[in-house]
Parts: sequence; structure tokens; C-alpha cells
Amino acid sequence: MNVPEDLKYAESHEWLRVENGYGVVGITDHAQAELTDIVYVEVPKIGTVVEAKQTIAVVESVKAASDIYSPVAGEVVEVNTTLEADPALVNNDPFGAGWIFKLKLVDGETYDGLLDAAGYAAKIG
Amino acid sequence: MPVFYSSILDEHQTVRSAAGVFDISHMGEVTISGPDAEAFLNRVLTNNIAKLAPGQGQYTLMLNENGGVIDDLIAYRTGPETYFLVINASMIAEDVAWLESETEGDVVLENKSDDYAALAVQGPASVTLLETFLGGNLPPKNGIADFVVRETTIKVARTGYTGEDGAELFLPATDGPRIWRELLDFGTAYGLKPAGLGARDTLRLEMCFPLNGSDLGPEITPLEAGLSFFVDLNKGDFIGRDVLARQKAGGVARKLAPFRMTSKSPPPRSHYPVFAGGTAAGETCSGGLSPSLGAGIGMAYLPPAVAVPGTQIEIDIRGKKFPAIVEKKPLYKKPKP
Repeated sequence: MNVPEDLKYAESHEWLRVENGYGVVGITDHAQAELTDIVYVEVPKIGTVVEAKQTIAVVESVKAASDIYSPVAGEVVEVNTTLEADPALVNNDPFGAGWIFKLKLVDGETYDGLLDAAGYAAKIG
Repeated sequence: MPVFYSSILDEHQTVRSAAGVFDISHMGEVTISGPDAEAFLNRVLTNNIAKLAPGQGQYTLMLNENGGVIDDLIAYRTGPETYFLVINASMIAEDVAWLESETEGDVVLENKSDDYAALAVQGPASVTLLETFLGGNLPPKNGIADFVVRETTIKVARTGYTGEDGAELFLPATDGPRIWRELLDFGTAYGLKPAGLGARDTLRLEMCFPLNGSDLGPEITPLEAGLSFFVDLNKGDFIGRDVLARQKAGGVARKLAPFRMTSKSPPPRSHYPVFAGGTAAGETCSGGLSPSLGAGIGMAYLPPAVAVPGTQIEIDIRGKKFPAIVEKKPLYKKPKP
């Protein structure tokens, strides 16, 4: 199971890539494998302000809809619009082209609630 | 049966283009025999069982006193006085209790559900695959026949729940795992793959085949569900007949309507509100993504005036309304060669 070293992970299977005060968020390889065929992604509205662990998006597989929780607090500044035409990107490239949204991070964020790659890999066994 | 083996979409496409095999061993099997079996079955089921010659089967429904559906099933006549019923897994105990309470005359009823394993092989390649595997011609549509494969007797019925050609095989439970593996090995050359519950649901929904518990239930009559073809009001009395006769004369208050989403939307699912002309019109009873159509589809009980193909409706999906259109069944039509 793919668990890139340079990311932070929420217990609810979202990943966070921190880049200069911004955070890119998606779901992990483990999550997409459990969901299988993703057919629809409801991305957040740009400008939405969220707290950590707040529901922010929905990923729909053939079988069920799954809530996506923001790993950290922030403001949505960009969403992945290619997911509308190609939701399967979340399955095929969960850490790359399958990213879901980008947040402007809050100053002084400590990422306390998140796991590192080793911690997440241990969690998913 | 697991929800999927590889992926729901892949298994669905495989059944529509080659062949898939479903483990349907959870389903129930009941044998009914005796000189009064035909009269008994014609009294508890809606379709006319007297029309069947040995080796023929029919889709039929078991109703309660109010004309509501206890179960939908396939009944096969296996001999002059013997019948084989295949019933839904979730209803085995209830169906058997109901049938036992209603038996009259010289009738022997046996619940054989634990004795049988069952497999469904469905798809355009399935008939050639099965005829070669079994060493003989399959019975015609809705027919049933026994095949002996290396000392195992398999009942083979030319029926299915996918809209593709194929058969359902009923065999001794102890031989189930072995025949499953042999069939998969043999079938690889034909493109055969195992298919799970998820694909089973997307396939039947494309065909608008009802699912008991979602589209059918004890408060729903076969006429409301659009199944009048399988109800013979002229064969004599049967349980629920009075209610259906009144509904036929007076009209139904709601009809099962298939619909298709007309713009990009999350997949519709069951129990979502349906609106027509801005007014609440009902609730979806089934829904999901159609892999073949690439759009969301479903079914809902709607007022007859709304249930007309071509009517624009809206489905409320988690608080947002998305447009859809009422269609004629089936939602999926096989492309003509």
C-alpha cells in the first residue's frame, strides 16, 4: 500500500501536503482501494472556511457516499475541477492528479492531530 | 457473495460483454409435490401455474390478503405433480411459514434451501460456455432441466436477473465450491469472471427488475409495481385477487417509474425525495449509477400522472435537487448488432 513519506495523514484517511503556507488535500491509496470505483466527487466551494475534522467534501463510489474531513483548519482557495469529468483520478492517482482541494493554512498550525507516514502505515496495517 | 471481487464497474461490464458468475447460494429452494400441488400453488401465487408443462418455469408473486407482495420468485414445474420454487434469501423463513400455513389437500412441501448451492452464469458468452461445460443444449428461456456432470446432478434453469442470456444452476451444497472453481477455470477462455452483489444490483436496476424489500413489499401490489403481466386475474381465485381486481377497475394510486438523471449528479439512491413541478411527488425506492448508461438511474413510486415517460422530475440528493426524466422500462436496452 502506497504511503508517501512527505505527507501528513488524518486518521480518517485524508492526506495533507504542506507547501508554503498552503495545504493540498486528498484521500489515501488505502481509502480509494476500500471505496473502489469513485463516480462522483462533491468538491467544496472556494472561500469555505473550515476547522480541522469538519466535513468538507463528499466522495461517492458506486456503493455509497463517504464524507471527507478537512485534516486541518483553513480556507479553501482552489479545488480540483478535473474530478468532475474524471472522478476515477481519485482511484488511479490518489496522491497526485486525484487531489481534491487546496487550503490556505492558519498561522501557527502545529498539525498535532495528524500522523506521519510511519504512523499512518502502522494504522492501516 | 461479496459486494465485488475486482470492481463493481468491471464486473458489470464483463457480464454485459462476456460472462460473469454469481454465487447465489443464499437463495432459497422449496419443493412442492402431490396431486393437489397445482391447485395449491395457483391459490397462493399470482401467475397461472397450470400453463407450465414439465420443464417450464415462470416469474410469479406470493401475495398477502391485502394484495401486497410477500415475495417475488420463479416457479418451475419439474414433473406432472412436482414443482421447484426459487425464493429470495431474506424471505426464506417467512415464505416457508406462509406456504405451510396455506397448504390444503394432498401436498408435500419441503424447504431444501440448505441442501442447495446455486450459481448464476450470465452474459452473451454464457450459453456457449455452459453448453460446452455441461455437455448439452440448455433448455429454452425459462426452462429447467437436469444435467449430470461427473456424477453431480445440476438443475439448470434458463433464467437470470441481469437482462443477459444465461442460466442459474442449482446443485448439491457440498458440490458448490468445487463446481464454482471448475466453472471459473473452464470459463477463463470465454472471459468469465466472478461477479458480486454490487454488480448484481447495477445490472438488475438497468433492467428495472424489482428488488423485494426495496421496490416491492407487503404494502405494494404487483399492479402498482407494473407487474400485471405476471398476474392472471382470470385463472380463478388466489390470495390477494380481490384487491387487485378492484385496483384494475379503479386504477392504481401510484406507479413504479424508472428514471434517469439528466445532468451530472451524485448517484441517486433509495429514499431520496422526488419532486415534479416543484411539488413533492414521492420517494425513490432504488437508485445508483448505471455503468452502461454512464448516468444515475433509479425507480420511484409516483402518482400515475407523473409516472408518464418523458415527465421531468427532480431528485433531492442530500439537500440539492438534480434534474431527471421518467423513462419506459428497461432503462438499458441491448444495442442491436
